[in-house]
Amino acid sequence: MAIHEKTLIEPERILQHDKLVVDGVDVSGHWNTMITPRTVVDYDDDFEATIQKYTGGENVHRCWQCGSCTNSCTMYAQNTDFNPRYWIYVTRLGLKDEIIRDKEIIWQCVSCNKCTNICPKDVRPEGVMKALAHWLEEEGITDKTPSTIFDEEFTEQIYARGRIEDGDVMKNFFKKTGQPLMQPWLVEMIKRMVRYMPVAHLMRMGTNTVFKPRTKSWGRTGEVLQEYVREQKEAAHG
Amino acid sequence: MAKVAYYPGCALEGSGGPYDRSTRAIVKALGLEMENLKDWNCCGAMEVKNVHPMLQTYLSARNLAIATEQMGLDAVMAPCNGCYHNLKKAEFELATSEDALNTVKDLAKKSDDPEYTGDVRTLHLLEWLMEELGPEGVKAKVKNTLKGIKIANYYGCMYTRPRQIFPEKDQGPGSESSYKPHFMDDLLAAAGAENVDFPLKTACCGGAHTLSDADTSTQLVLNLLQAAEDSGAEVIATECPTCHSGLEMHQVRAEKEFGIKTGVKILYFTQLLGLALGLSPRKLGIHENVSDSMDFLKQRGVA
Repeated sequence: MAIHEKTLIEPERILQHDKLVVDGVDVSGHWNTMITPRTVVDYDDDFEATIQKYTGGENVHRCWQCGSCTNSCTMYAQNTDFNPRYWIYVTRLGLKDEIIRDKEIIWQCVSCNKCTNICPKDVRPEGVMKALAHWLEEEGITDKTPSTIFDEEFTEQIYARGRIEDGDVMKNFFKKTGQPLMQPWLVEMIKRMVRYMPVAHLMRMGTNTVFKPRTKSWGRTGEVLQEYVREQKEAAHG
Repeated sequence: MAKVAYYPGCALEGSGGPYDRSTRAIVKALGLEMENLKDWNCCGAMEVKNVHPMLQTYLSARNLAIATEQMGLDAVMAPCNGCYHNLKKAEFELATSEDALNTVKDLAKKSDDPEYTGDVRTLHLLEWLMEELGPEGVKAKVKNTLKGIKIANYYGCMYTRPRQIFPEKDQGPGSESSYKPHFMDDLLAAAGAENVDFPLKTACCGGAHTLSDADTSTQLVLNLLQAAEDSGAEVIATECPTCHSGLEMHQVRAEKEFGIKTGVKILYFTQLLGLALGLSPRKLGIHENVSDSMDFLKQRGVA
């Protein structure tokens, strides 16, 4: 598969006319498409350094634009607008508006690690995708994405008990994202799951939702970890 | 024989229950020994590293330290790809970064947790079975061959990627390959299965976004199910509870919401191996799977 490029001409800069007269000459027909010129002045010299302070973005400066990340990307295969190579490129140039343009899809990285596996420069593009998504959220450009809400729910359970309870993660995630718990396909799945399930297993699952699984020796570990993360984030983002 | 601690992780004690039961059953039937890892904590799965990477490193270091410091064992065996990946990643980080090691030591002291010394190995269940028995050892214990059932072996992302954290893979003959893993193929072939040429062995099931971006996950799962069928597979064998649940959930979702029905069955490799060892479907938790394969297995004379 070839390494695909992304066009640098945004759709809104392409002007098409039914009839076009330039300097008194009628150029309608094949010559009716014009591109609005663009001078890049809106770059932010510090943007690369900003992203490096986010979890996962540390190595973004190492990229030499070989395109292996995009070429191997699971999400690029689903949607060619999902382009890690391009986002790393514009991050390094400080073109924040280009990142903001794609704000609705950056968070969709599935963390399959194909990019990080293949990257010859240890950029860890998967981490850069997460860093960009978190930057967009923290700057207030996007709301918290479902992905972040899921991560935070998961982490809170670990801080509290050392373990998670998957039914609880699901229930709280749907609640926090305002989705109904009883989605038709989930109901169908549960129906199929309990069809032949032994009673003992059902009881165990039920008990888990009331008496949450817990690491008995967890002690102060959760608090210590929470404090560590708070300090690290304060040091990085103020 | 390595002294092995069994780390089930949250998934095997929850939605991946059948994987836990079938793992314990085959380990016993194969004459292997393991001890439950004492009072383990969650590895952080794919989520916690997004909050802070050190959090994930610490969670895994704590589990490894329990195995060595409190239990005096050599290795931690995880059947879950997520747990296995995170333990391996922690080993790698702590062996290559003094800063990370010092931070983990500091956090352990503050938390009154056992200290990580690095004197421990992480094994996936597949690796442990290959190390202790290999295909020949398994073959010697087969009572009820899988009779040429056509299987697509699915390894997922975290068993092989990124390859930097798996130094023992890609070491030539006998070792596991990160690009074209074959341990599950080898073990199931020894049990009489016919492994199909499945091109999406290490493709992504979208597990990280099973709920947060369900449409993407359903599409990725459909890629797997349809490619498996195109390869002539009757069953997809899984070795990760997240992949397994994802395949089952999105197979149902594709059918229910998009009207796309796929017929391929989804079973843990431990369930298939267990049937070959003569264990009952109930003991292997086959009834607890969402993907209903009982009629198929009966028809093929293995259940």
